[in-house]
Amino acid sequence: MANFNLKINGKSHTVDVEDDTPLLWVLRDHLGLVGTKFSCGIAQCGACTVHLNGNATFSCVTPVSSVGNGEVVTIEGLSEDGDHPVQKAWAEVDVAQCGYCQAGQIMTAAAFLEENPKPSMEEIDNAMNRNICRCGTYHKIREAVALAAKTN
Amino acid sequence: MATLTKASRRDFLKIAGTSVGGLVIGFNWFSCDSPKVEVISTEEILAQAKSFNSYLSISPSGDVVIYSPNPELGQNIKTSFPMVVAEELEADWEKVRVVQANLDTEKYDRQLTGGSGAMPHSWEILRKAGATAKFVLVAAAAKTWNVPAEEITLEKGIISHKGSGKSGHFGEFVAEASAMTAPEEVTLKDKKDFKIIGTPVKNVDTKEMYTGKPLFGLDFYREGMKHAMIQRAPFGMKIKTVDESAARAVAGVTDVVTFGTSVAVVGTSTWPLMKAKKLLRIEYEPDGTVESTTDHDRIFTDLMANGKAEVKRSDGDVNQAFKSAAKVVVAEYQCPFLAHSPMEPENFFAHVQADKVELIGPTQTPDRARLAAAEITGIPKENITVELTRLGGGFGRRLRADYVEEAVHVSKAINGPVKVSWSREDELTGGAYRPAVRYRFEAALDVEGNMIGYKLRGVGMNEANSTRPNNFPCGAVENVLIENVVHTSPITINAWRAPVTNFLAYAEQSFLDEVALEAGKDPVQMRLELYEKAKSNPIGNTDYNVNRMIAVTKEVAEKSNWGKNPDVKQGISVYFSHRSYVAQVANIEMQGGTPVLKKITAVTDCGMVVNPIGANHQVRGGIVDGMGHAMFTNLTFENGVPKQKNFDSYRLIRLKEVPEIDTYFLDSGFDPTGLGEPALPPTGGAIANAIFAATGRRLRSQPFIEQKEFSDIKLEIRRA
Repeated sequence: MANFNLKINGKSHTVDVEDDTPLLWVLRDHLGLVGTKFSCGIAQCGACTVHLNGNATFSCVTPVSSVGNGEVVTIEGLSEDGDHPVQKAWAEVDVAQCGYCQAGQIMTAAAFLEENPKPSMEEIDNAMNRNICRCGTYHKIREAVALAAKTN
Repeated sequence: MATLTKASRRDFLKIAGTSVGGLVIGFNWFSCDSPKVEVISTEEILAQAKSFNSYLSISPSGDVVIYSPNPELGQNIKTSFPMVVAEELEADWEKVRVVQANLDTEKYDRQLTGGSGAMPHSWEILRKAGATAKFVLVAAAAKTWNVPAEEITLEKGIISHKGSGKSGHFGEFVAEASAMTAPEEVTLKDKKDFKIIGTPVKNVDTKEMYTGKPLFGLDFYREGMKHAMIQRAPFGMKIKTVDESAARAVAGVTDVVTFGTSVAVVGTSTWPLMKAKKLLRIEYEPDGTVESTTDHDRIFTDLMANGKAEVKRSDGDVNQAFKSAAKVVVAEYQCPFLAHSPMEPENFFAHVQADKVELIGPTQTPDRARLAAAEITGIPKENITVELTRLGGGFGRRLRADYVEEAVHVSKAINGPVKVSWSREDELTGGAYRPAVRYRFEAALDVEGNMIGYKLRGVGMNEANSTRPNNFPCGAVENVLIENVVHTSPITINAWRAPVTNFLAYAEQSFLDEVALEAGKDPVQMRLELYEKAKSNPIGNTDYNVNRMIAVTKEVAEKSNWGKNPDVKQGISVYFSHRSYVAQVANIEMQGGTPVLKKITAVTDCGMVVNPIGANHQVRGGIVDGMGHAMFTNLTFENGVPKQKNFDSYRLIRLKEVPEIDTYFLDSGFDPTGLGEPALPPTGGAIANAIFAATGRRLRSQPFIEQKEFSDIKLEIRRA
């Protein structure tokens, strides 16, 4: 066990955990930030996506010891009142069915649009292909990303 | 028969300014630029509100709280049920808050999610709940104003009397109205007057989902609770010895509990348990038979030839029909096992105490969860509560209570509150599955290509109903034999979205395509001819309404430009399941010799559409689900253990692998039926038939990409 000082959503947190503990479980079990979801645990589905220094990152395979001074942003910290352009687009398009994967989808989309604010549909498809939605809301995901790009 | 227009962007924009109430949702959330307004919490509203019936309470402020009893797993019931109540109440949807009801068998019946049955079951109950409350509100207003009740009108939560010029909101009459006795029978609205039903209303949990609020079972936490993860035995095995010393030594592990064929590691957080579980040294021994996929293939072949069958349907004289046939078409179809793989793995919280049990989590069958806990603990079910969280998908997996039972066992053993969580590997290897099945179809054709005989023999696992005796083309063929053979396997099988028909539909609709080819008929034309026979001279019982079959078939042919463009190779599939009718056409374009799957057109008759957003979601989602599993997904066993243990080898469909999907809904005038399942069954057949039309390769097994017929087909999927 060791103490780790983490910068999450603009605040600093100290947790006492084993150094191989994935960031995902630090967020969920130790800090109560449960918006970041567990689904596969092996970086295949994207439900656990957070931003680490602005990059979409699979928190399920990111050991807490590798985070260092990195800035972590989770779905809870993406905006103050759920008003990030991607969240607004998700609401307007009404993307979700079960909703479980959507926080990860939103985090992937937000990091992608930060990097590529005016993407083509093909670029959207490539970016969002890393997140699985078992309900099959893919049409609405691409529609929402395109809408967010337009309104950003 | 009118066709509703496609859901357009405009539909979404039109309602962009409309927000809906969830537990903590702000009314101004969508207009984020406007100044913030203080929003009353649902708890505060409920503290003031009067209950009118099991479904609704209204506060003096005029806010309406509608309880949604059925588990929400993405089928959108938590939005569509309250819409129906609000419609009859004449409520202002903007003043409606929706609350997920906990298990209460006194207040609600059929409080479960399965079989696409919620809406048809509850349609009238929900309407009456709204209408009876409206009745007493009107009566209270009439009494207060001393005017005749029949002169009173309602709109968006406002009660008015034109003659006297009086008007007031619901809240002003709540005290008086809630003390009145509601009549048993009330007049329901004429469907043409619906203002909420049939309009695109957004998901009531929108804000919570998109801001990461704890909504799902896995998000549940209570101070002092323990976490647990469980190692389950391979199918057909039992525990011989357990060495738990290494697992116990992991920091954060507090207990190791063995029950039945399972070993639970218990601790203070999840990650140490994932490590500790791998350190359990468990020796298993066979407990009966242990099966592998190679065994299943051999068993299917043996039972198809020699198994003792149960006859499910017998019309006319099949032997004579096949003896006199000019041509006989025979084909066998087989599917693999599938896991449900909801994105939220199984989990449940249980707190067993001396005389009561508290259960919280995601379940499709809360009452089954309660009964299971009662059986394990001996505590009467009246003392067991079940609180429903939102479900991160279900697909049938959460109809079972196995993971609830585990939580109860562990809580009992450690004498405290615990949440059992499954990993993805647990979900794929220790679960319950859509079983593999093999079908043999035979069709007897006369010289003109008419089907005069039809045989279907299914070899299923652990279920006596791998076939459906009343499906089309039954009813249209004079001589029919449908029979089942059952293999008893140690592998747990379970309902999986559209049980049986999730593969049977593909097999039936592909075989019909084979028959049409052999008969020299166009697949649409052949279906229409058979429907006419079923209509004019029906043979035996059928479950489908032939007029609705005809309507969706004709409509999908028209909407997909069936047979009009020689460069577009098409496959059709038409299916009735779970009370709804869905016809689909898949389009494959040949581009420089490469077949490109570009579009699936779907026409659905689910009666009246309650919420076009939800209906579109379910049809598209069902098609994506049906397509993904038909194309890509396989679960094979080796010595009682699935070989595919996570999403790296258990392949689910991704965003780039879905074609364009056009959805249309036929308004047939019937009351609404469910849509959680019916769009899935036809998809595999539509795609397989299009692949045949494009390449001449007939795919009789799933997943397509693993079949040798598919190996040199370079199928691409592109929307544009």
